Amino acid sequence: MIARISGEGQYRLSDSDAEQMEELRGKALAIVDSGSEDGFADAFAALLDYVRAHGELLGDDELEGSDVILPPGDFSFEEAGREFTGEGLIPD
Amino acid sequence: MAGLTGRMSTVVKAKVSKLLDRAEDPAETLDYSYQKQVEQLQNVKKGIADVVTAKKRLQMQECSLQQSVVKLDTQARQAVAAGQEDLARTALERKNVAQTELQGLDTQVTELEDQQQKLTDSEQKLRAKIEAFRTKKEVIKAQYSAAEAQVRISEAATGVGEQMADVGLAMQRAVDKTENMKARADAVSELEAAGTFEDIGQLGSGEDDIDRQLKQLSSQPAVDSELEKMKAELGSGAPAGAPADAPQISAPEAAQAPAPSQPSESGEQA
Repeated sequence: MIARISGEGQYRLSDSDAEQMEELRGKALAIVDSGSEDGFADAFAALLDYVRAHGELLGDDELEGSDVILPPGDFSFEEAGREFTGEGLIPD
Repeated sequence: MAGLTGRMSTVVKAKVSKLLDRAEDPAETLDYSYQKQVEQLQNVKKGIADVVTAKKRLQMQECSLQQSVVKLDTQARQAVAAGQEDLARTALERKNVAQTELQGLDTQVTELEDQQQKLTDSEQKLRAKIEAFRTKKEVIKAQYSAAEAQVRISEAATGVGEQMADVGLAMQRAVDKTENMKARADAVSELEAAGTFEDIGQLGSGEDDIDRQLKQLSSQPAVDSELEKMKAELGSGAPAGAPADAPQISAPEAAQAPAPSQPSESGEQA
């Protein structure tokens, strides 16, 4: 599968790596859901680091859609929370 | 985060399917799509230019705020030398606020620089994707039947579209930051307008709203201790207006300071 880290690029992940990534993503999401910032930065960094370390970076000339789009590395807890309340980041 | 993922994909998919709906002829769709991409790349460039402009504005503001700090420091020393403690305090309060603002501005300029760099990187990536799309569209036109072409176009357009959405996101975040900064920069401009004085004599006209607000904003203990320090320095034989940290302006302006023959108690304005 292909995961994009917003602002960085797309990574191709094997099935088992993708599973591991989903697990890390679940952890980060659970923290955002809890409403408490404790551990968010670490969990989020762990998720992105995993993708960077295990994924193969796609070339700029490869035209593929991503299966998962992850927020940029400097995404704040506050922004993550806003994502859930619906204000969102993507302009129409 | 799930929201972000979902929304970005949805936006891209919607745009791609709209694109595929609008033309029956794959060649036409491809050319139209490419043309749109090139147009959007221009918008991205314009967006980056706006961020650069915002950054320059903040840097200019930083510069004049630095001058204000030097000037206010000089004025405070002049007031101390003239025995006008209230005036010195007001100048120091303003200096304190200006310094705080300066720190904030500095952080923001750094953030904006960071955003600018990211946008430039994204723009380069987008440009590469569009170039790849240009090559691919010719291949698709030459090699695929209309039905197959639909699928290939969809894939290729999604690849570019996603990059486009990603740049859009980076741009939106930069704009949000710039807006925040603009509000702050406007506040700083007001401060600057109110914060320095043509002539030290203008300080003595009593406390106005701005002064009261500044007092609330500035850290009182910091002002007190700086004032004490200044009094000690000036009291221990140093001539008025020769502070080590404000050498350029202090000397000539000190000569214009009110003569210290005025009554040293400044209670008449209280």
